[in-house]
Order: sequence, then structure tokens, then C-alpha cells
Amino acid sequence: MKPEETEISKGRRDFLMKLSIGLGSLAAVAASIPVLGALFEPLLRQHQYAWRNVGKAADYKVGDAKLVKFQNADAKSWSGPTAYTAAWLRRDQGDTFIAFSANCTHLGCPVRWEQDAELFMCPCHGGVYYKDGTVAAGPPPKSLTQYQVRVKNGTIQVKTAPVPITDITA
Amino acid sequence: MNKLRQIWNWIDDRSGISETFMPLIKHPVPPGSKWSYVFGSATLFCLILQVVTGIGLSLLYQPSSENAYQSLQFITHQAPLGRILRGIHYFGASGMILFAGIHMIRVYITASYKYPREMSWISGVLLLFLTIGMGFTGQLLRWDSNGVWSSVVAAEQMGRVPLVGKYLARILLGGDTIGGQTLSRFFSYHVFIIPAMLFVFVGFHLFLVFRNGISEPPEADRPVDPKTYRKWYQDMLKREGVPFWPNAAWRDALFGSLVIICIIGLAIVFGPPELTQQPDPSIITTNPSPDWYMLPIFSLFALMPPKIESYVIFIGPVLSVIGLLSLPFISNYGERSPVRRPWAVFGVVCVVIFVGSLLYLGLKSPWSPDFKTKAVYAVSPAKNPVIQKGAILFYKKGCQYCHRINGSGGVKGPDLSVIGRSWDEQQLSLQIVNGGTDMPAYGGMLSKEDLNALVQYLRSKK
Repeated sequence: MKPEETEISKGRRDFLMKLSIGLGSLAAVAASIPVLGALFEPLLRQHQYAWRNVGKAADYKVGDAKLVKFQNADAKSWSGPTAYTAAWLRRDQGDTFIAFSANCTHLGCPVRWEQDAELFMCPCHGGVYYKDGTVAAGPPPKSLTQYQVRVKNGTIQVKTAPVPITDITA
Repeated sequence: MNKLRQIWNWIDDRSGISETFMPLIKHPVPPGSKWSYVFGSATLFCLILQVVTGIGLSLLYQPSSENAYQSLQFITHQAPLGRILRGIHYFGASGMILFAGIHMIRVYITASYKYPREMSWISGVLLLFLTIGMGFTGQLLRWDSNGVWSSVVAAEQMGRVPLVGKYLARILLGGDTIGGQTLSRFFSYHVFIIPAMLFVFVGFHLFLVFRNGISEPPEADRPVDPKTYRKWYQDMLKREGVPFWPNAAWRDALFGSLVIICIIGLAIVFGPPELTQQPDPSIITTNPSPDWYMLPIFSLFALMPPKIESYVIFIGPVLSVIGLLSLPFISNYGERSPVRRPWAVFGVVCVVIFVGSLLYLGLKSPWSPDFKTKAVYAVSPAKNPVIQKGAILFYKKGCQYCHRINGSGGVKGPDLSVIGRSWDEQQLSLQIVNGGTDMPAYGGMLSKEDLNALVQYLRSKK
């Protein structure tokens, strides 16, 4: 059987081919959109950064730094232990408090405050920071990130924030 | 027996099993493809082992940020044979990465990526990166404190991608912070998304073996000429080809079986890596470090000059992918024998030494402060009160985390056991006050008396 003898004409064949491919693509795209919605959900969601109570100002002497634990910005009932995050809260002078993110700016590992040495040290790759969060040694490209912090009626509050992500320019 | 044969004949006729698979099983391969050809199939056997044990683990695992850790405790310590199951999955991952690496080295040394097998190399490179991705996401699914911090480290690396880094990090973690979605996401990456890609490329990689044939063992002075190679290869197969099964495949079967038996043996003897603390991001007294096959990269992060590091974290992987993918386009004809390509062999030796050294350093982590070091001042107190005060300060100010004295302390900085022999007071106090390229400046943190005590202590170390 020669091509021109097939039961459907060339124009009709072209149309049916385009119809099959077009409709198939439409179905595929339509099904993909909600899947992509799930993938990009973290970017589409509304962000609310609440203030959390983390302790009493009276419990801190000037120069003290303590690890405070609080609920992160986006705690869900199914988050379990991952609903929490931590910050290093230091009474700098008078009523000024500084809340440092516990994440090293190098690759995000948790830094520890060494009270006697007055240094923050990172266990992963040996990053060290001074008490004001500036880099003292090691690979970190910039100072420790700070949370917003305020004192209300003697209660210290920290404003939740995203995990600090260091970008390529740092 | 006749009845059984009849039943099989009926099944075979209606399903076409023999018709489809016999040509693949019996297809002719070049003679002399011996033990150096078993590493690719060993990688495949490891993959199959990973799929099977992974399915087993998924029957017991709870893929949620809240419960994953508890379910891993259950698998490891309570479920019957759960410890061995986890152990096989762990050693299987190690085996897969090891054999993928050896397979790649073999292919490079014998230049099997040359015409017409460029696509095999390209799909192989993608498979290698997918395998590493499986290893990383897999160890994270333990969801202990190591897992939690590994996901932060991954997000930080994503963050170095220009312009969209922050968004990629957020998609990876499933939010701004570690949280309820993080573990589910990594579970999906490890169990659905990466395996789907892995299966596609493994299928393609195997299909290419049948389409282009396995590369014949190279011989010096027999260069590949794209114009004549295919015809020469077909003629050679007609002349001296041997059936794949069993002439060549028995080695694959034997080696692969031994590998799997060894993996199971290691799992029974050593078991899986012990879990660390709870997955609570507010527990920070932890020392995150990846499984052995990630340690070379971990070391690289510590040792790179900090000034270029943020760039290298992004550009390094991009350049290595581009470099590896472009290899068969840079050289796709000519000599294949390692005897005629000494620089290729030299390059492989250099890479193996480089990665091996990084792995060794990663196991030692000399750049990390030694938080657990025991105070030297308590072991052998000095009689002079100033020197004893200096010794106490040496411990309390964190000096000993990085400097070793009399056998205790970190190894990040120089050993100071005999520093008093060569450094005078002025040199010591200058160094302590101003710090160095990799040492904090203690000037603002020490009183004059403290500084003097520290200097006297170090002067006494002779």
C-alpha cells in the first residue's frame, strides 16, 4: 500500500498528529503544575517571623552568653524536635543584648561559646569568632549572623529568622 | 518433566522471553575481556542490593522529621535483623561508590570512552554524581544530629549558587529553617527523585553496552579511527567473538556475588554507623562529620583558602562536571593503551593520591578544635605560681584546643611543648596579642597579668 492510498488524507494525518501531540502535552503540563506547586511550596508560602520569649534579662550578667532554645519561624505540629532552634544570647553592656545565630557562616555547623576564652568555636572546619561575632580564625567568610532582639518588661525576645545562608559574594 | 517442558514452551512462546533475552545474553563480546571488566557490573550488583535493602528499610522507617530518629533507633536496636539490614545498606552504599570509582578509573585508563562510546562516558558521569547524591541524602535520613546538620551544610552549599542560591536552599530544606518538611523532602529525593533518574541512566548505560559493544582490551599501536572502527569491531566479533554468557559473564557473576557476600559479612561484623544525638537543631554540642566517602569534600572545605572558598563551592562542582563531560569530545580517537598514554595514568595516580590524602585528613580533622582535651595543668602542676596560673589560662582560654603540649591538645596549631627553647618573651606576647592568620588575637581578652603568666608558662616549656 502506497502512502497516498492510506485511508486518511495527508491533511487529516497532519491534523491528527498535531492533535495527539498537542493534547498529550496539555495533559502532561496540567498534571505537572500541582506537582511543581508542591516542589516550590517553600517559596510560595507566606512568611511570618514572630517574636519569641527566651528568658529574663535579670538572669544575665554583663558579658554572659547563654544558649537559648526557642520555636523557629515555621513550627508545625508534626515538626517534633525540629520545631526548635537555638541562638547564643549575650548581654553586651547595660541592657543591650546580642543574639547570634548558632550557625557558622562557613557551612552552617553549630558554633559553641567558650566562656573563659570568650570565643565562639565551630567543630566542623575550625572556624573561630570573637565575642562580637567577628571572625577570629578559620574559614568563615563573614561575622556570625544576628537575630533581632528586644527587652520587653524584663523579658528578652528574639525575632525568628531563616537559617542564615551565606551567598557567593561573601 | 515433559509436562513441565510443555508448560515452559507455552509460556516462552506466548511471552517471547527467550526470543527477547537470548540474543542479549548470548551476544558476542571481544575475547580477553577479563577481570578488569568486573567493576561496572559490581556497581550494578551493589545498586540492586541497595534497592532491595532500601525497600526493606522503608517497611520499618518513619519518613517524618518528628519520628524518623525513633524509628531508626527501633530498626537498629529492636527490629529482628534490623541492625544487619541497616548495615548492608550502609556497606552497600560504600561498595557502590567504591566500585563506581574503580570502574571509572578503569574506563579512563583504557580510554574506553573514545569513539563510539562517548555516550557511555557521559551517562556514566551523570550516574556517578547521582550515586554521590544518593550517598549524601541517604546518610542524612538517619536524622540524628549529624543528619540535621548535614542538611544545613547542603543548604549552605546551595546558597553559593549565584542569584537563586537562597531560593534553592529554601526548596532543598522545605522552608526557611530545618523543620517539619525537611526530612520528608530528603526522603523524597533519596527514595523517588534520584532513584528515578538513576534507573533511567542505568538503563541507558546498559542499552549502550549492547548497541556499541563492550570495548575490546586495548593494545598499543592499535589506535581508534572513527572512520573504520565500527566495521573493524564487527569483523573482529565475527572472527573471534565469544558469547557473553557464560564466557565473559561468569567473572561478573563470581565477583559480584563475592562483593555482596563481603558486604553482608561486614554488616554482620561491624553493623551500621551508630546514631548520634536527637535531631534537635538546638542541640549544638555535636561534631557533625559525614560518612567516609564524603570526607574528602569535607576536608577540602576546611583546607581551601577562605578568600576563594565561596566561589569554589559553586564553580568547583560546575567545572568538574563540565570537565568530565567534555573528556570524550576533547579526545575521542587515537591510542587507547595506557602504555601509549602515560600522562593519563599519571593523572589518575595524582587524583587518587589527592583524594586519598583528603580522606586521611578528613578522618583526623586536624583543623577542628579538640574540645575534649584534658587540662595539662592538672596533670603536672608547676611549682611557680605564675607559671601554674599561665598553665591554667592556657587551658581555659582555649589555647589547648588547638595547640598540643606534652601530648595533650589539638593539632590545629603548632605543638608548643618546647616553644620556650626558640621563642623569647616578646615574640610570644606579640603572637598572643595579635594572633595570626589562623589564630585569634587575644589582646582584648587578656589582662596584663594574664598575658605575662601565659608568656612565662610558655617560656618554661623547654
